[in-house]
Amino acid sequence: MPVHEGQIKKVKEKLKREKLFLISLSLGLFLIAFICITLGNMFYKQAEDLPGLIDAAKDPVVLAAIWISISAALVATLIAFLFGVPLAYFLARKDFWGKSIIESIVDVPLVIPHVVAGIALYGVFMHSGVIGAPLEQVGIAITDAFPGIVIAMLFVSFPFLVDAAREGFKEVDPRLENVARSLGASHWRTFIKITFPLAFSSISSGVILCWARAISEFAAVMIIASFPRSAPILIYERFTSYGLGGSPGIAGARPISVLLISICLVIFILLRVIRKRRR
Amino acid sequence: MDVPDVAKMMEIINLYKDWKEFSLVNINLEIEKGEYFVILGPTGAGKTLLLETIAGFYFPDSGEVWIERHDVTNLAPEKRRIGFIYQDYSLFPHFTVEENIEFGLKLRKSTDTNRKRMKEIMNWLSISHLAHRYPNTLSGGEQQKVAIARAIAIEPSILLLDEPLAALDLRTRDYLREELRRVKSELGITMVHVTHDQTEAMVLADRIAVMMRGRIMQVGTPFEIFNKPQNEEIADFVGVENILSGVVRNNENGVAEIEVDMECNIFAVSNYHAGKVKVFIRPEDIILVEKMGKSSARNVVKGKIEEMSDMGPLTRVKMDNSLVALITKQSRENIGLREGKEVYATFKATSVHAVRG
Repeated sequence: MPVHEGQIKKVKEKLKREKLFLISLSLGLFLIAFICITLGNMFYKQAEDLPGLIDAAKDPVVLAAIWISISAALVATLIAFLFGVPLAYFLARKDFWGKSIIESIVDVPLVIPHVVAGIALYGVFMHSGVIGAPLEQVGIAITDAFPGIVIAMLFVSFPFLVDAAREGFKEVDPRLENVARSLGASHWRTFIKITFPLAFSSISSGVILCWARAISEFAAVMIIASFPRSAPILIYERFTSYGLGGSPGIAGARPISVLLISICLVIFILLRVIRKRRR
Repeated sequence: MDVPDVAKMMEIINLYKDWKEFSLVNINLEIEKGEYFVILGPTGAGKTLLLETIAGFYFPDSGEVWIERHDVTNLAPEKRRIGFIYQDYSLFPHFTVEENIEFGLKLRKSTDTNRKRMKEIMNWLSISHLAHRYPNTLSGGEQQKVAIARAIAIEPSILLLDEPLAALDLRTRDYLREELRRVKSELGITMVHVTHDQTEAMVLADRIAVMMRGRIMQVGTPFEIFNKPQNEEIADFVGVENILSGVVRNNENGVAEIEVDMECNIFAVSNYHAGKVKVFIRPEDIILVEKMGKSSARNVVKGKIEEMSDMGPLTRVKMDNSLVALITKQSRENIGLREGKEVYATFKATSVHAVRG
């Protein structure tokens, strides 16, 4: 009996010491539970209707929508990378008057409501818009077309990439670049061999975040290009017309959601593993 | 326009630069080929900025930098063939020691020559056993050697060193000082070494430039800098503890008699015959004796010991006549020095340096 009492006393003392951590954990568990319960419930409910899931997986309309989401997000991320990484490098290294204004502008897409972003984009890219009109002359359609989806995705997700890349570049000591140049490497070569590899961890985080954000985009894409349907838009349509489960022959919101999440999770986990390996 | 001298490895002409809280003001320097040149100054003097401007990491606001008869002022750093070593070594953390050293070589010639050269250099610096290690697993001394190896691999004409020994413990510092000396003597590379450490300067330099507040204050051999500082500020910085104001009263055979605020006049080797002067005497040049006996010292000043500070192997003795002497523990014990004791401070005329002021 005294042995047990001693042990209990030790545990009690430990809990007292770790009080703040315990409170933090308890509060945090709510959020963890939030995610687990909602997503878990969806998978669980779908598990009760496996044939429905399989039908959705074979449905060409569903597959097309998922493919559009993934590929458009990829294109948007690629564009964000090509234009954003140089911008991030410039912002990381150079100080100039108006720098904070530029950095704030980069973050604007993060703070405006997505539907508003969509309206703003539509105003420019519509048939009679400042950029939309000349493009239409050349035969390029933006609204209600794949390019429109890419542009909407690009607008709302590139700040993630730029911010992450900028922080990554900031963590690379300029002295390393100086030494590399003193050894004969041009600025470009130094960037490729020294700066970029050392910032890669942050940059790749930014890329993954950017791509994830792009796939998730709904409101902005809805305004500028509700067609061809991206996965989120298809899910919304099916939800409003056929509910969670759907009707025979028509996949409902839930099976399509489960499919989309599963594919995305697999890709993200793969990317994270590749990132870890590279370290 | 004058083309600078052939023998000069580097010339800096009227260089000005402002950057953040640092400034370079009217820098003029000439550095000889194969010289070990030390830029000595307190922290904040702008020494690193000067070095980085020479290397081309920054460009001057005005003025020129010439290297081996070429005006490199606006030349990109990769074209200057100058090795650079930072105080924190700045080794590439994602490369092994080998890959670090090879970096400059890979940009130029074929792989076989590179490998051979790299092995030679690693042997020469005794770091071959570290070839496949990553920088973050190395000690400070080892990192420094890798930094040196990396810089000399490309056969630079000049090696710039920014406080290379500052972050090392005493023993490693002594050891690496000798390695740096070897780089200069065995490879013939012109060294420009920046430091605030006077011992380093004294021991390594062929010539020293004293730099304060962005300006070059004096250039000379170590002897000239430490024994004949040109003004009070420099004297104070290089450790001249006795700075007196006086007036020259007489001059006989190149020895000036100077009246100072003490009971007797001071004799200094000088060409001044009259006028106001500042007198500098290094504390270690003052010998304290109990009784006046035979001494070749021209100057003998009686006084009482006011204060003694223990500085490890040496003792700093302050006298009531304001003279400060630096003596060994042995001397201290031999004479039985203690506060309040009357002693004679003796020093030669050659130990006294007088400048106008």
